[in-house]
Amino acid sequence: MTPLLVVLGAMVGAPLRLFAERLAASRRGAGSVAGTAVINVAGSALLGFLLGLADVPGWVAALVGTGFCGTLTTFSTLGAEVVRLGEQGRRARALGYLAGTILLGIGAAAAAYGAAGLL
Amino acid sequence: MLPDVADGGQGAVVSGYVAAALGGALGALARWGVAEALPRDTGGWPWATLLVNVLGCLVLGLLIGRVFQRSPDPSWLRPFLGTGVLGGFTTYSAFAVETVQLAEAGRAGTAAAYVLASVIAGVLATALGLRAGRSAREPAP
Repeated sequence: MTPLLVVLGAMVGAPLRLFAERLAASRRGAGSVAGTAVINVAGSALLGFLLGLADVPGWVAALVGTGFCGTLTTFSTLGAEVVRLGEQGRRARALGYLAGTILLGIGAAAAAYGAAGLL
Repeated sequence: MLPDVADGGQGAVVSGYVAAALGGALGALARWGVAEALPRDTGGWPWATLLVNVLGCLVLGLLIGRVFQRSPDPSWLRPFLGTGVLGGFTTYSAFAVETVQLAEAGRAGTAAAYVLASVIAGVLATALGLRAGRSAREPAP
């Protein structure tokens, strides 16, 4: 049952990330990292909130946590975008993007985790 | 097989989303399998997430260097393999929340080490994969 729930969540998360990347590319130009950045921060907040709750049923954690949030967010695209910016000679932008994603992503996860714990 | 629409029409847009969903399902299933194989004690070092993230970065680098930068490239291939399989295999949200949980357990040093290890190994693995993929590529005719 758990793998099925993971798959269902993933089948929503991956196309949503593709949509965000395409939206960012059409609004801000090809090569924009805004889609991945927003998705990673928002997904971290959602997972932080979910896992910060006292009693999350296992099926919700599998569907929304491992499946949806896990697949919505990505580490490999982050790495590829950072390396691409570096290769284009945009080192400051690469470092800023990496540091920004780390600080905002972990910060959002911490805030949501803490907020859920207060409920 | 998904339709190969290389002209970027409506069919290509839809096939991209279908490809991402199918690839994401495969990647997430593999990530779940790794997490099942490497269970983490509460507050313990998140080996499973570190492994999928670094491995996923390496393979995406390889694919970009070896496959995606060649043309013509069917419109569904990158959404399937890059966005779907590897995007679904790797995860940023688990990385972020595990860091928060380590810090909350009073292991701030371990949390910082986990962030540094993930980021440095992930970026290095991407660059390494990219280089290996490019060197394996046959010269263009």
